[in-house]
Amino acid sequence: MATLTIRNAKKSYGAVEVLKGVTLEAEDGEFIALVGPSGCGKSTLLNMIAGLEKVTSGEIWIGDRMVNSVPPKDRDIAMVFQSYALYPTMSVRENITFGMESRGVPKAEQNAAVDRVAAFLQIEPLLKRKPGQLSGGQRQRVAMGRALVRDPSLFLFDEPLSNLDAKLRVEMRTEIKKLHAKVGKTTVYVTHDQVEAMTLASRIAVMYKGELQQFDKPAAVYSRPANLFVAGFMGSPSMNFLPGTIAEGGIRLDDGTVLPMAPPAGVSGNVILGVRPEHIHPTHDESLARRRNVAKVSAAVEVVEPTGAETIVVMRLGEREITGRFAPDLAPAAGQTVELAFDMDHACLFDPKTEKLI
Amino acid sequence: MADAILTDDPEARRAARTWMINRVVIYGLLGLFAVIYLLPLFVVIMNSFRTIEEIAQNGLINVPRSLTLNAWSEAWSTYCINGACEGMKRNFYNSLYMTIPATIISTLLGAINGYILSKWRFRGSEVLFTCMLFGVFIPGQLALLPWAYLLGQLGLQNSITGLALVHIIQGISFTTLFCRNFYVSIPDDLIKAARIDGAGFWRIFYKIVLPISPPILIVTVIWQFTGIWNEFLFGVVLTSGKEQPITAALVALAAGEQNVRNYGVMSAGVLIGALPPLLIYFFGGKYFVRGLTQGAVK
Repeated sequence: MATLTIRNAKKSYGAVEVLKGVTLEAEDGEFIALVGPSGCGKSTLLNMIAGLEKVTSGEIWIGDRMVNSVPPKDRDIAMVFQSYALYPTMSVRENITFGMESRGVPKAEQNAAVDRVAAFLQIEPLLKRKPGQLSGGQRQRVAMGRALVRDPSLFLFDEPLSNLDAKLRVEMRTEIKKLHAKVGKTTVYVTHDQVEAMTLASRIAVMYKGELQQFDKPAAVYSRPANLFVAGFMGSPSMNFLPGTIAEGGIRLDDGTVLPMAPPAGVSGNVILGVRPEHIHPTHDESLARRRNVAKVSAAVEVVEPTGAETIVVMRLGEREITGRFAPDLAPAAGQTVELAFDMDHACLFDPKTEKLI
Repeated sequence: MADAILTDDPEARRAARTWMINRVVIYGLLGLFAVIYLLPLFVVIMNSFRTIEEIAQNGLINVPRSLTLNAWSEAWSTYCINGACEGMKRNFYNSLYMTIPATIISTLLGAINGYILSKWRFRGSEVLFTCMLFGVFIPGQLALLPWAYLLGQLGLQNSITGLALVHIIQGISFTTLFCRNFYVSIPDDLIKAARIDGAGFWRIFYKIVLPISPPILIVTVIWQFTGIWNEFLFGVVLTSGKEQPITAALVALAAGEQNVRNYGVMSAGVLIGALPPLLIYFFGGKYFVRGLTQGAVK
């Protein structure tokens, strides 16, 4: 049981600064997702927590111990890798016991631990096989078994699901969530997939260009993104951004349409309006009756993409392209002009200069 | 109808004939070159079983009319080379005593070097590797004089131990290159996982890296064994007489002190000297090709 505290952690390779001072704190038992596009520094940060990369400056604490100069094996952590990193010449059992063997744990204790973990993950029939004889999902389980058997105070996951096919990924995601609920250990989970981050984490740390953009609960990150990057990164399809100016009675878009909205006090001049695709409704949507604050516009439908459960509609509003997420039975056909209602209660306003949420 | 087209089409018959002619020409040429290439080996093998008289009578290149093993036993244990009449036995063992330890030690050093240069990189390790690569391209004769001097200083002049040392050091460039390039393809995650599992530098090497290494170790061992066994320049220059490896002794044999050249014994001697690398190739050649074209972990 341990907390994780990162204070102003920086990392540079020569003149290149890949982490520009990250501060975050995970409470005991929390599930933190580090999410961001490739090259944002999330894996570097994870490697620093693991002790596989040196910290250039700043502090990393696990529990009440500063671990900057503690070697990985003494940090009481376990890590699951994207490539699973199973030792190819060892059997599954040997893979799982390798860590205990290195630490000189007695044989009887090792066997008991393997049996416990194998039963927990239901991999008993695989114990004698070599990693090369396992499917992707089975390797993933073994990799988790190797981490679990250590009973560490901190779990680290480095994009563990990226190598699995789409269906298995969703299954394993649920498994990881169940696993965390049972084990209850503090976990740091790196992913570039915002859906994984949203579904698994108790708090999400969004990173971009070596900086922490936002660190908050999934719902907060989604509905009140701290800046344009977070707003665009979290959610698929992305949030629609419409530049405009604060005018009397609302926001004037660059094509002259005025969307009624009561802007926050003290805001004036240019703004960027952010509306999520699910907050754009066709005006004949009956659920609109429940929304108090809607703005109506009309737009030409360009592309219609049915996905089954919902239909993604790309439309042209003035010179901007906007994306809506409609119920299939309400979706228009390409080439039509639709009347739209923006749910302004859920809209966000950003400052075009600082790109921050207003 | 369709059958008629398949069997009775003149165009198809012409094409089949052209194809046949092409095959005959190609395989005929290949066969001819193979014969030319193998002819010396054939002549040497034949002569090693002929008597001196018969060779003198019928010429060097001819089919044997008699069969005797005398040349082999003479070359092995009684023929006079360099003034001593002990045959090549001693030189053969010299070569073994030199080649086996030199092969094992240089391969192990190469494996450790490759492991460090690919998985434990440090500031300047790439530069170091580039420098080591120079050794692959620098001709051995450049190092001849320095080695002669150094072995003298170490008290290892004219000894098989000294020669083995030379081959160990001279071989490190190649073994390091082979192993390093193989180990680069081992995922770094494997090493990271082992470090978190509490394994250190050596434990990772012998528990994880070495067990995946057989493909490249076989390549390196074959390469080193044949290279060191067949090496001749250092052997001739740095040793003499009884201390010479077999390749150097063969030169002495060819330069023979006797007036009449004993082609039978010379042939047997050459074959004795060529046998170990041939056997290694015979049994390990398949792994050699496989190892050169294989990555570490799929």
